[in-house]
Amino acid sequence: MAAMTREETEALIQEVLEVYPEKAKKDRAKHLAVNDTSLEKANKCITSNRKSLPGVMTIRGCAYAGSKGVVWGPIKDMIHISHGPVGCGQYSRAGRRNYYVGTTGINTFGTMNFTSDFKENDIVFGGDKKLAKIMNEIEQLFPLNKGISVQSECPIGLIGDDIEAVSKKASKEIGKPVVPVRCEGFRGVSQSLGHHIANDAIRDWVLENRDGDDSFPTTPYDVAVIGDYNIGGDAWASRTLLEEMGLRVVAQWSGDGTIAEIEKTPKVKLNLIHCYRSMNYIARHMEEKYSIPWIEYNFFGPTKIAESLRKIAALFDEKIQAGAERVIARYTAEYEAVIAKFKPRLEGKRVMLYIGGLRPRHVIGAYEDLGMEVVGTGYEFGHNDDYDRTIKEMGNATLLYDDVTGYEFEEFVKRVQPDLIGSGVKEKYIFQKMGVPFRQMHSWDYSGPYHGYDGFAIFARDMDMTINNPCWKNIKAPWKTETAQNEAVKAVA
Amino acid sequence: MPSVMLRKREDGKLIFYVAKKDLEETIESIEFDSPDKWGGEVVLGDGSKYSFEILDAPPKIPLTLQAKRL
Repeated sequence: MAAMTREETEALIQEVLEVYPEKAKKDRAKHLAVNDTSLEKANKCITSNRKSLPGVMTIRGCAYAGSKGVVWGPIKDMIHISHGPVGCGQYSRAGRRNYYVGTTGINTFGTMNFTSDFKENDIVFGGDKKLAKIMNEIEQLFPLNKGISVQSECPIGLIGDDIEAVSKKASKEIGKPVVPVRCEGFRGVSQSLGHHIANDAIRDWVLENRDGDDSFPTTPYDVAVIGDYNIGGDAWASRTLLEEMGLRVVAQWSGDGTIAEIEKTPKVKLNLIHCYRSMNYIARHMEEKYSIPWIEYNFFGPTKIAESLRKIAALFDEKIQAGAERVIARYTAEYEAVIAKFKPRLEGKRVMLYIGGLRPRHVIGAYEDLGMEVVGTGYEFGHNDDYDRTIKEMGNATLLYDDVTGYEFEEFVKRVQPDLIGSGVKEKYIFQKMGVPFRQMHSWDYSGPYHGYDGFAIFARDMDMTINNPCWKNIKAPWKTETAQNEAVKAVA
Repeated sequence: MPSVMLRKREDGKLIFYVAKKDLEETIESIEFDSPDKWGGEVVLGDGSKYSFEILDAPPKIPLTLQAKRL
């Protein structure tokens, strides 16, 4: 199908909106837009970070998901208690595939689920006693933990438990950081506020721990990788590039990260932000308090990687700049071979994306490196500043959809007919049953890493094996295909 | 009175950021910007106006300040 014109795209949006009642239509119209690359600011064309419309199928999560699942969960040597009923922790356990090194249950706890398992009794009488007891048990059973965080689920805020007091007391008793996080699920409109709350908890309870302690030897090349959750090993693929160019990665936030690394971050010279949406708050705070500059970077696809490496290197001396060029040169043959192999198989294929808060714009470069075109993108929980950054990345007259509903997404796909959809697991089986190739782009469909040059090779292979998979030809039942119908007619005749 | 975080962008322009309001805009003009007087009315990239308290010297940026919406 040829690219749609601006008028066609606008007509499509109107057509999709047609089924809604008047009020809902008005609300949803603000969240759907046709991209206009001439705009500087996204708020002219799209509204974001608003409450989802009741009655539609939204794909969003909650504040607890943003804090426990994204920001705190991957910190491997801490124990994160899902404080409240058992389900929130259990059903989100280890789903995000934040890889780490360590012995689970001994010195790392990433894939385990710790919960206070609230019962009626705890709601009626309060759960503070139980929480204090749990912390003591944790200390006995897992003495190598380096700290505890309390991730509140909805009831904690509703019954008004004082988890801060319990945490302070426990912290004194066990001599380790205990961080209460007020990330009850009902706060905010999506997981985005959970990220903010988690950032604020790090700011208030962790970041100052080593202020005035200069025992950590620093170098002029210290950086922290912030907002890389090591999904399928992403942070490792990124870290090697940075280290190869001569930088010293002091901390990984928070994929394969430790509490000690986070405490040391105020000592670094530069913060590198990958996931802007979930970690910009803490970067801004560190810039203000510790005068640490921060920049955003993008390690998806060789074009963006080279761009980012040069951008990072420009903030350091010639040694690092030479290092960046060396790294790019070293991998050139490797990624060119990847492109040479997969581009002919993928060229011209059209992609629709609908992911969380960063990848809808970050992966565009990687697709373009493979000759593919992103024809629609949208964020589950992006804010205005995310769309500001997206407008320039996307082509003119492409679709933008914020907090898209299940219905809208399906209708868009039926009309735009992309060759590939990248979205979450809730969308996966719907579209696969519709016969559209699909990649689950939240945790890389059980593959990865996709960051860095090493990741790009895997990315290209995965896209190829999805799009060019022979199964898509067999989606239609054999007696419903055109040839079968024709033959049936012949047989009758 | 929103809390506004001010920071310098790479191109030298001041960025006016209000986390709660999800507002990130450039500051196009500022009423007083001299070594002995700083603050007053600011005009943002989207045309909205805020005002800072007038300070005796330009503050060290990045910084969080209270601003009044005009």
